[in-house]
Amino acid sequence: MTNPSRDDPNGAPTVNPLLADNAGPATAASPVTPERPLALPKGGFATVLAMLWRDKFATAAVIFLCLMILCAIFGPALLGEAATKQNLRGRNLAPFTLDHGWLMVLGADALGRPLLARIVVAAQNTLMIAAGAVALSATVGAALGLTAGYGPKWAGTLIMRLADVIMSFPSLLLAVLVLYMLSPSVANVVLVLAITRIPIYLRTTRAEVLEIKERMFVQAAQVMGASPTRIVLRHILPMVIPTLVTIATLDFAFVMLAESALSFLGIGIQPPEITWGLMVAQGKQYLANAWWLAFWPGLAIILTTLSLNLLSGWLRIALDPAQRWRLEITHKGGRT
Amino acid sequence: MTHLLEVRNLSVRFHTVRGIVDAVKNVSWHVDRGETLAILGESGSGKSVSSSAILNLIDCPPGEITTGEILFDGRDLLKASPAERRAINGKRIAMIFQDPLSHLNPVWTVGWQLREVMLVHGATRVEAAERALDLMRRVGIPDPEAALDKYPHQFSGGQRQRVMIAMALAMKPDIIVADEPTTALDVTVQAEVLRLLKALQQEMGMGLVLITHDLGVVAEVADRAVVMNAGEIVEAGTPSEIYHHAKHPYTRKLIAAAPGKGAMSTATGGREPILKVEGATKTYGPFKALDAVSFELEKGEVLAVVGESGSGKSTVAKAILRLIDADAGKALWKGRDLFAMPPRDLYAMRREIQMVFQDPTQSLNPRMSIYQIISEAWVIHPDILPKARWRERVAELLAQVGLTPEHAGRYPHQFSGGQRQRIAIARALALEPELIIADEAVSALDVSIQAQVIELLAKLKRELGIAFMFIAHDLPVVRDFADHVMVMEKGQVVEIGTVRSIFENPVQPYTRRLLAAGLDPDPEVQKARRLALA
Repeated sequence: MTNPSRDDPNGAPTVNPLLADNAGPATAASPVTPERPLALPKGGFATVLAMLWRDKFATAAVIFLCLMILCAIFGPALLGEAATKQNLRGRNLAPFTLDHGWLMVLGADALGRPLLARIVVAAQNTLMIAAGAVALSATVGAALGLTAGYGPKWAGTLIMRLADVIMSFPSLLLAVLVLYMLSPSVANVVLVLAITRIPIYLRTTRAEVLEIKERMFVQAAQVMGASPTRIVLRHILPMVIPTLVTIATLDFAFVMLAESALSFLGIGIQPPEITWGLMVAQGKQYLANAWWLAFWPGLAIILTTLSLNLLSGWLRIALDPAQRWRLEITHKGGRT
Repeated sequence: MTHLLEVRNLSVRFHTVRGIVDAVKNVSWHVDRGETLAILGESGSGKSVSSSAILNLIDCPPGEITTGEILFDGRDLLKASPAERRAINGKRIAMIFQDPLSHLNPVWTVGWQLREVMLVHGATRVEAAERALDLMRRVGIPDPEAALDKYPHQFSGGQRQRVMIAMALAMKPDIIVADEPTTALDVTVQAEVLRLLKALQQEMGMGLVLITHDLGVVAEVADRAVVMNAGEIVEAGTPSEIYHHAKHPYTRKLIAAAPGKGAMSTATGGREPILKVEGATKTYGPFKALDAVSFELEKGEVLAVVGESGSGKSTVAKAILRLIDADAGKALWKGRDLFAMPPRDLYAMRREIQMVFQDPTQSLNPRMSIYQIISEAWVIHPDILPKARWRERVAELLAQVGLTPEHAGRYPHQFSGGQRQRIAIARALALEPELIIADEAVSALDVSIQAQVIELLAKLKRELGIAFMFIAHDLPVVRDFADHVMVMEKGQVVEIGTVRSIFENPVQPYTRRLLAAGLDPDPEVQKARRLALA
C-alpha cells in the first residue's frame, strides 16, 4: 500500500482494489463500519449519545449549553427579582465571598445587584437575540446564496450586488437608522443584526455552490432527470451546511457583542432589561477598579461561543459519513 | 559489485488510525548508469513508496522506515543528514511526477521555475538562464525563447510533461525517478514523451527508474523490470522474461488481464438505429468542439468513440444528454430530436439514456449511502417502482454488478475504485435505460479491475440488450468490447466502421497513427514495431 494521505483525500487507507474486488464482501470494504446495516446517527438516541461521549470536549460543551438554555428558560422567573434589586451598600462588591449570600459569589455591579443573578437572567435575552439573529441571517443568507449560485444568472447578479450594498454600508449606521425608525425591541434588534450578517453567509454559500455544482455527482443527478430544486436541496445543501454551521457558531459571539454596541448607543436593549453584552458595556468603565463587572458576563459569552464551536466541530465529523468512524471506534486502535 | 543506486531490504510501514499498514516489505532493487528499471504494479501495490523513500518524501510519522538501506554511490541515504539529502535531491536524483499541472507552480513562469532549480543548487543567474534555454530546446518545446516566459497553463499536457522533464534534467542528475510520467497523456503524446526520455537517457547516461502500471510502457522502455503486489516484489527480470515466462500467479493474472487480445466482435449491424445524430455542431468562440458530427447507433450495440483529448468525444456525449446545448444539428432518439426537446420531455428521456462517468469517486455523492444513491433514481422517477420494492431491487442491482446486498448501507468512501464504478453502473441500471453512455468509464481503473468492469458491461449488453456509447482513449479495451468504432479528431468524425475494419484496415492516416502509437504489452511485438518505425 502506498502512503494513504497521498492516495486518498479523506486520509482513509487505500484498499488494494485487486485484493478487494476478489476477496468478496467480508474484506472488501474498509474495516470501519463492520456489521452495521445503516450507520446513521438516526440509528437511535443512544448511538448519538455514544458518539458524543467519544468527544469529551463536545460532551462538556453540550452540558454547558444545556445549562445556559435552562438559565434562559427558568432564570427570569426564579431570579428576576434578585437581579434587579439594588443594594447601594454593596456597590461593586468583590467576588468570591459568601458573606452576603450565595447570589453575591461573583460580586455585585455598580448598583449593588448580584452579578450571578444578572448573568442567569440575562441569558434569556442574550441567547434569544443571538440565536434569532444567527438563525435568521444563516437561513436567509443560505437561501439567497443557493439561488445566486445555482439559479439563473440575472438572479445571481442581483443578489450579489444587493450583498455588496449591505457590505459597503456601515452596519452600525444601518442599525441606527433602522432602530430610530422602529422601536428598539428584541425582534427589531434581531432583524437589524440579521440583515448586517446576511452577506457573510450569502457569499460563503455561493462560493461553495459554484464549486460543488461542477462536481460530477451533480451532473450524475442531472442525467437522472433530477429537478434543480432536488439537486440544490439533496446534493448541494448538505455539502454546504457544515461550513455554514461553523461560521454561525463564530458569528454567535460577534452578534452578542454587536448587540451590546447597540445598547451602548441607546438603540438596542435598554436597562432595566439586561443582556450579557450590555453588562460588558456597563462594566467597561469600572474595569480599572472592579474588573469582575465586565469579566463574568464576558466569560459567559466566551464559554457559550466556545461550546458552540466545539459542538459544531463534533457535528461536522458526526454528519460526514467519511469521518464518522472517528467517533465510532471503541478504542484508539493503532493510534501511535 | 556496487550499483549506482541500490535499495536493500527496504520496509516501510504507515501508522494509521486503523492500524499498521506495511506499505513495502523487504523490497530490494538496483539501477545502474544508462539503465532503465521499471517498477510495475497496480494502485496500492506500494510501487511508489520505495522511490518516495529515496527522495525523502515519506512523512514520518505516520510513515516509518523499519528496515533496509538505500545505497547511492555506496552511501546509505537513510543515514545521511537532511542537509546532505537536500544536496542530493534534485541535483543528483531528480523526479518526474504523474500530473505536471499540479507539480508546476501556476503563478511563476516556466523559465523562472526552471532557473530556480539551478539557483538553489548554486548556479549563477547567467548560467541558469543559458541552461534553461538549452534544456527547453533539448526537450523539444517549440519556440523555446518565448516558452520560457509562459505560465504552466499555457502549455498542453504533453508539453508540460516535457517541461517537467527539463526541470528534472536541469542539474544533469545521475538518476531520474519517473512516477507514472505518461499516465495522464494521450497515446500519441505518451509515445513521444517516452521516446524523448529514452533518447535523453542514452545521451546523458542516466539511470532511469520508471514507476508504472502499464505493461505497454514497460515493454517499450524498460531494460529490467520488477513486479510489485501488496508491498512485495513478486517477480523480477527483463520485460521479455516476465511477459513470456511469468512465474508468479499474480504476474500471470496481470498479463492475462491486459486488454486487446480477445476476439473482435463480428456484428455488422443492419438493424434499426435508435439514435441518429446529424450534423451536431458546438462552438466555443472560434474553437469548434463539435464540427458537423453525424453517426448512428443501433439497438443493443456498442459504439466506441475514440480520439485524443480535445477531440470532442466527451462533448458529443454531453450534447446528447443535454448537459450542454448544441449549436446546430439534430440527435434523433427514436425519431424525436433531443436537441430541441422541451424540458418536460427531457425528463422522460433521461430514463432511457444514462451515463457512467470516468471517475466514480467524484460521480457518487459522498454523503449518501449506496442505498440512497441507487434509489434516488426512483425518487426522481416514481413510476418505475413502488417504494415497497426499493430495498429488494437495490439488492438485486447490487448482485447484478457483483456486489452484495449488505453493501447498501455503506458509503462510497468505503469502497475501492472498481467497486465504486460498479455502484455507478448499478445506479445507471436502476432507471432501466436503453442506452448507457460510458465516458472513459474504465480508464481510471487498474488493468485487472478494468477487465472485470468490461466483462460486466458486456454481460449487461448480452442479457438486457442495452446499447452502449463507449468513449475511450484506450484502444485495446475498445478492440475487445466494441461493435462499431468512431474515430474523432478536432471535433470531426474522421472514420467510422466496424471494429474489425478499423483495427485491421484503417483508412485514414490519423486512425493509423492512433493505432501505431498504442503500446503492446508484449516486449517482442513492441520491439518489432519500434524497429519498423525507425
